Amino acid sequence: MLLTRKAEFSASHVCANPAWTLERNHEVYGANANPNGHGHNYILEVTVEGDTDPVTGMVFDLRELKEILNRAVVDPMDHRYLNLEVPPFDRVVPTTENIAAEIWRRLEAEVRRPNARLYNVRLYETADLFVDYGGTGAGH
Amino acid sequence: MQVTSRYRFAAAHRLDTPALSVEENRKLYGKCNNPYGHGHDYILDVTVDGPVDDNGLVVNRAAFDAVVRTAVIEKLDHKNLNVDLVEFADEVPTTENLAMVVRDYLTAAWTLPAKLVRVRLSETERNTFVWEAGQ
Repeated sequence: MLLTRKAEFSASHVCANPAWTLERNHEVYGANANPNGHGHNYILEVTVEGDTDPVTGMVFDLRELKEILNRAVVDPMDHRYLNLEVPPFDRVVPTTENIAAEIWRRLEAEVRRPNARLYNVRLYETADLFVDYGGTGAGH
Repeated sequence: MQVTSRYRFAAAHRLDTPALSVEENRKLYGKCNNPYGHGHDYILDVTVDGPVDDNGLVVNRAAFDAVVRTAVIEKLDHKNLNVDLVEFADEVPTTENLAMVVRDYLTAAWTLPAKLVRVRLSETERNTFVWEAGQ
């Protein structure tokens, strides 16, 4: 059974390689390279795969999942400037791909249970652009 | 890792096949058989898959947008699918068939290092069709 929980956070960022010219950064990152930064309302959908517990009837306690998402992702990232305030984005470019991979790293151990595991992280940067990450082995 | 980008286009069509009688077409396609045609605001989600490169990207967004806009949106947006597109001269422009046309357009124009893995096409909010690589 797959269970998906949604969360939102708003954050600013700039996607640029400091070793490059502004022109080169625009070629690679487009408007995201604007040096003064800009923001998004990120929408996160975290999917957990597991067996339904025969006693509780649940794959994962949703309140617990909400608390994990808040503690690991929303609280540290919401209303923050990712490049300046949220490691590793002081040295890793905060593309949607890299943010999704970082969220996966923060959540994987936290949601691991005998009957359940993290299955997919979907991160919307805008309503028209999202990435899916299922870890290195899952092929998502 | 997969990246999905959403695009929109508006097009007209009419569902009618010469393989069936007038009455059979009317019964099978219902309102979609209206002789004067009708239109939709289609929503197209294109998904690519690949490793994250040194720049933190699976795909360059501008290059991704350029391929989809040139290969698909410019050909379909504000067109009458039955009349303007040679692909539907002998084929009914159902959204199933349109999704495969979109897939073929993308495949023919594809120059990106990331792999095209999914085409998801919504005719309306209630009707969505998905092609996935390997199908």
